[in-house]
Amino acid sequence: MDNRNLLSARTDPALVSIREMNMARDGKTILNGISFDLALGEILVILGPSGSGKSSLLRCLNRLESNSGGEILFEGRETRTLRITELRRKIGMVFQIPSLPPATVRENVGTGPRLHGEVLTGEDCATLLNRVGLGSTFAERQVESLSVGEKQRVALAMALANHPSVLLLDEPTSALDPTAVLTIENLIKSIHQRLNTATLLVTHDLNQALRFNATTLLLHEGRIIAKGNIQEMMRHPSDERVRRFFQGELSEANPERPPGAKK
Amino acid sequence: MNTLSLVFSYGLVVLALLISWWHGLRMEKEMVLSSLRATVQLIVVGFLLEAIFKIESTGYLFLILLFMCGVGGVVSGNRGREVPASHAIAFAGIVAGSSGTFAVLFWAGVIHPEPRYIIPIGGMIIGNSMNTASLTFNRLAAELKHQRGRIETLLALGADAGQASLDAVRQSVKAALIPTFDSMKTVGLVHLPGIMTGYIIAGGSPLTAVKYQLAIMYMLGGAAGLTCLAVALLAYRRCFNSDLQLALRLRA
Repeated sequence: MDNRNLLSARTDPALVSIREMNMARDGKTILNGISFDLALGEILVILGPSGSGKSSLLRCLNRLESNSGGEILFEGRETRTLRITELRRKIGMVFQIPSLPPATVRENVGTGPRLHGEVLTGEDCATLLNRVGLGSTFAERQVESLSVGEKQRVALAMALANHPSVLLLDEPTSALDPTAVLTIENLIKSIHQRLNTATLLVTHDLNQALRFNATTLLLHEGRIIAKGNIQEMMRHPSDERVRRFFQGELSEANPERPPGAKK
Repeated sequence: MNTLSLVFSYGLVVLALLISWWHGLRMEKEMVLSSLRATVQLIVVGFLLEAIFKIESTGYLFLILLFMCGVGGVVSGNRGREVPASHAIAFAGIVAGSSGTFAVLFWAGVIHPEPRYIIPIGGMIIGNSMNTASLTFNRLAAELKHQRGRIETLLALGADAGQASLDAVRQSVKAALIPTFDSMKTVGLVHLPGIMTGYIIAGGSPLTAVKYQLAIMYMLGGAAGLTCLAVALLAYRRCFNSDLQLALRLRA
């Protein structure tokens, strides 16, 4: 663990704590003995080859998947004991491929508030669109007419409309073209800084992890095989698997693979 | 029509057999088997109905209707295997749709509590309910799978099962009602329904036949509407587990 992470862990009690979490699906172990903390304002990158369990790990946090053992604590309380809809409102999520119902951008952005009986004002909508780098002229456009990158920004604004304290990003750029990737990455960084959310970013792309240059969990076959600053990890691999990952020898760790492909 | 003329009318099937043989269509075996099957089935049903129409006790009639609903539940439930507890849901939907329709028909005096009304009309209502239930399942499972990304997006925003699957439920109800209401639109223009044809052939006046046919159309519409609503509303909840995750079964 690097110093920065230790410091923030001391000043801020963990918002999310995972303790010895396991997860199995159809009798097959997907995740095994996962433990880590995430504090408010912290950004954590989960890096690993396809099929290493990254998405499953992320989806356990807002209980889109259920863990089979261990604990997942949110604000110090076991997530199983919390009301699931409340938990999910506080933990925003952006998926690999944005799937938005056919409607205007404004209607889509207002989905979260509408689900619990509130109306997103035009002003709030404009603020959110501004935050994700879309002008307020986008508000009345149909989402079908947008590019994938623009849809992904709308998806981000949708998640932010609930004012989440945790943001889960599940390979949010893997369906995008290279320029859109950088734009979204910068957007994630600026949102993270401005809103001080606890952010978890899942990626299979080593270069993306390097660009974020944050505390990184390296996942392989459902286990965390390394944890710490990505640059440090690369310079001093803690074991053979880590070294092989950075040399692109673990399956699909190669950053040259085409975007959008998964599993 | 005497029995001999019926035997002669089988000559038409023989004609079809000859055509098949002549052109090498190799459908002779299937033609013979299916025409024999239809003959045996209908004769058995005829004798059964003769016996059933002598039943005085409404309790027995009720059991027969329940049996029909049970068969419908199994057939339609098999269609919806991806939805947990699909057989129970199909049965409940068919019972709800047909009993609701029956209640109105009795109340309005369209049918009387006599076997010769209850059994054939019950068969039509339950059969139509079964088709509607199957279509509802089929479309609901397909929509939920197709919309998985959108549904998970909604769930992640804090939606409950009803909010997340609202569009899928709407689509499946709409799709399940299309055949019933399309046949309402074209009735008399494209085809004369069997029951009307039968009534007219048996010597009834066309206007009385139309009256019955209308009542039947309304009742089929009502049964279909009630059934698909019941099935869709019972089924969508089952497609989400207690953690509000989309949990469709994989097709066996």
